Amino acid sequence: MNAGTVVLKVGQAVLAPLIALAFAVVVTSVIVSVAGSSVSEFWEVMLEPPSKRSWVNILNQTSMLFLAGMAAAIAFRMNLFNIGIEGQYLLASYCAAVVAGAALLPGKLNVAAAVVVAMVVGAVWAGIAGVLKVTRGVSEVISTIMLNAIALTLVGWLLNQYGDSAGQGRRTTPIPESSRLDGFSFFGYFAQADGRVWTLSFVAIVVGVVLAVVINRTRFGFDLRATGSNDEAAVASGVGIKKMVVVAMLLSGGVAGLIWLPAFFGDGYYYGTPFQSNLGFTGLAVALLGRNRPIGVAVGALLFAWLSVQANPLQLFADISPSIVQVTQGVVVLAVVAAYEVVRRFGVAQEQRSIRKALQRTGRLEEGAAT
Amino acid sequence: MTTEVETAPGAAPPGGGGISVVGVTKRFPGVVANHDVNLTIRPGTVHALIGENGAGKSTLMKILYGVQKPDEGQILVDDKPVSFHSPTDAIKTGIGMVFQHFMLADNLTVLENVVLGAEGRFGIGDRAREEIRRISDDFGFDLDPDQLLEKLGVGQRQRVEILKVLYRGARTIILDEPTAVLVPQEVDALFANLRELRDSGRTILFISHKLDEVLAIADDITVMRRGETVGEADPKTATKHQLAEMMVGAELPSPETEESTVTTTRMLELAGVSLVDDGGRYLLRDIDLAIHRGEVLGVAGVEGNGQAELVETIMGIRKATVGTVSLADQDLTRWPTRRRREAGIGFIPEDRHRHALVLDAPLWENRLLGHQTSPALNRRGFLRRRAAKAETSRIVEAYDVRTPSINTHARALSGGNQQKLIVGREMSGDPILVIAAHPTRGVDVGAQAAIWEHIKNARREGLAVLLISADLDELIGLSDRIQVILRGELVGEFDPSTVTPQQLGSAMTGGRGDRS
Repeated sequence: MNAGTVVLKVGQAVLAPLIALAFAVVVTSVIVSVAGSSVSEFWEVMLEPPSKRSWVNILNQTSMLFLAGMAAAIAFRMNLFNIGIEGQYLLASYCAAVVAGAALLPGKLNVAAAVVVAMVVGAVWAGIAGVLKVTRGVSEVISTIMLNAIALTLVGWLLNQYGDSAGQGRRTTPIPESSRLDGFSFFGYFAQADGRVWTLSFVAIVVGVVLAVVINRTRFGFDLRATGSNDEAAVASGVGIKKMVVVAMLLSGGVAGLIWLPAFFGDGYYYGTPFQSNLGFTGLAVALLGRNRPIGVAVGALLFAWLSVQANPLQLFADISPSIVQVTQGVVVLAVVAAYEVVRRFGVAQEQRSIRKALQRTGRLEEGAAT
Repeated sequence: MTTEVETAPGAAPPGGGGISVVGVTKRFPGVVANHDVNLTIRPGTVHALIGENGAGKSTLMKILYGVQKPDEGQILVDDKPVSFHSPTDAIKTGIGMVFQHFMLADNLTVLENVVLGAEGRFGIGDRAREEIRRISDDFGFDLDPDQLLEKLGVGQRQRVEILKVLYRGARTIILDEPTAVLVPQEVDALFANLRELRDSGRTILFISHKLDEVLAIADDITVMRRGETVGEADPKTATKHQLAEMMVGAELPSPETEESTVTTTRMLELAGVSLVDDGGRYLLRDIDLAIHRGEVLGVAGVEGNGQAELVETIMGIRKATVGTVSLADQDLTRWPTRRRREAGIGFIPEDRHRHALVLDAPLWENRLLGHQTSPALNRRGFLRRRAAKAETSRIVEAYDVRTPSINTHARALSGGNQQKLIVGREMSGDPILVIAAHPTRGVDVGAQAAIWEHIKNARREGLAVLLISADLDELIGLSDRIQVILRGELVGEFDPSTVTPQQLGSAMTGGRGDRS
């Protein structure tokens, strides 16, 4: 691959999201102005350099969204639609909170135990859909959606039945002081008042690196990608597709189980009102935006986190509902799907052209040699 | 677009449909696909367009069917210049196209398939059914409008495709390699249909590279080569040799094999293998078969008589219901596909896009497919990317895969080059048995000769080869023995040195084809 094609490939990868983003900016601006608000004020607020406090929020949200995005991406790479990330991390978060709250192990070991529990619970919950798919042919889309509903009801019931009462609601037992994680201040860059970047955010980085290696460099990853792009060819090549479906769902669910843990050990300390829902669904969008590639997902997570955190002061400064950024997020995702396809077709045409050119050249050479 | 779409139901179709292509040039960036193409198709004739793959036939076809616009030149239909912006325009002008790969939905009936997208013509109910019956009777298609597509054989499906374009009022029908999927008897039936169509005043453009067939059916022949129309020939006087020379500038290669290398060592053995589907139907029944070292066993059969199932049972994609499959005296009946491949089975599947390639992956990743567990290509679960790339370069070199780079996506390659890559890949890793299903289907003459050569080499090196093909010349030329498969059973064995395509054809259809 020469430098030219590298530039071309990178250009293609970056071009589509940029087009989509530009389109989303236009659509959002139109909606803001139709709603009778000032477009310039809106973008002023959105694009204002974040305060340190906002940066902490953005980074924390990014880590959770990244985990959710990667959970979706693993399944997507195999053409599986794990719509059930929401239910998987809900149930996993609850179980982890119960285990950590019980403080069976001292101090930081408690954290490790909770991480393992969360991953196992998430994996099992997703694995149910995988097993149903390979044994009974149930579409994972349907079963994971249903498992979401079951998880929500189940956690609600368990909390009601066994939770501690706190004020109006119920919650799990808070974890002991010794199991709480302080977070990173980045050598004092963030003051105490700014908050902390949650300690377990680093898990997102570990997950990203590990998955990038597994998917791109290992035989398992190759089998996974091959199955995702052409399952029949994968079968003919010797991939045991049923096993792959189950393993991919387990992996996806395992990562999903981790989503809320950074917040849990860094800020929440118990399952109840601090629980942030909907990250699973947003994760699907983030994975789409990032084309299921770790770096892309990271950028997508950062973008979504930025939009939602920066939107908070909108009401205050520009008298616009912060919900408007959900429009932006939605439009970005829709537009990016279309833009990727356009850019992909362009890439294919480009490649065919270069092939023709190259073959024409050799054709001439052969002719020249023959005469 | 110049003529009215709707013709009254039951009305005789208008005649005409003569097409002239004058000086058409089509450039793609970096390449001229069609250069000064001239073609005159007389109304009411069968006109054959022949040429190697890549000669520009497809581009010309796409121009005639409105998929692409020419850069220069003109198309005249009934001496009136036309300009198509889409296939819809072409259909309105009375040009219909039957693609090589059928565009039919298995779970719909003949009626539903035909009216799909043309609901405006005769509705979707009895009027449409009436019209389909009428067309079917007129041309002897013998199709029941309410039959489910999945019940139909290849020949019948093709007739549904032709019916589709007639239903839309086509006066000119373009057929893209229509005989590629048919056995000799079906070809005869198709030709009978085509003659009926011609006699009814319709015009047919027949695209092929099978010279015997072209000589048998065509009234006029135009030859294309390297994007140009290089000449015309009269089928009454032209010989195969002359046409071949016009097409490729050389005599066609033949698949003749040389002296026998067959040994007595059994490599693959199937004993009493049956495969029963969920409904209790036998897909394969009591198959006994052995292939020896250095032997090519050909399997002839009409498509859909169990060839695909036989291959899948040997590959482990399906598991035999009863019976045993063994390779070099190892019983692998219960082994998964991967273990069978590791034991030394190379597999060239019949549909390379579906079963042999990941089209959107680079060539070197495609080299890994089917060899993921080979120690040469992975170490402790990690891919050896450098080794895979080096291996791919070797195959590209040794098998003459025409590609600018091993990082090119498989999709961008022509069919022949994709197939050469697959053959190269499956011959790597020291296989002891190679299963080749239709290895030269849809590849050009050059690649065909190369692939035949590789199969002969494999045989010489002591591999056992299972060759499944619809091309009877290929089977007869390459095989040491030929078995005929009919409705999942092996019904006869033939010696390729004495058998004729007609004899095979009649065995393939259960003796019904004797009349030829």
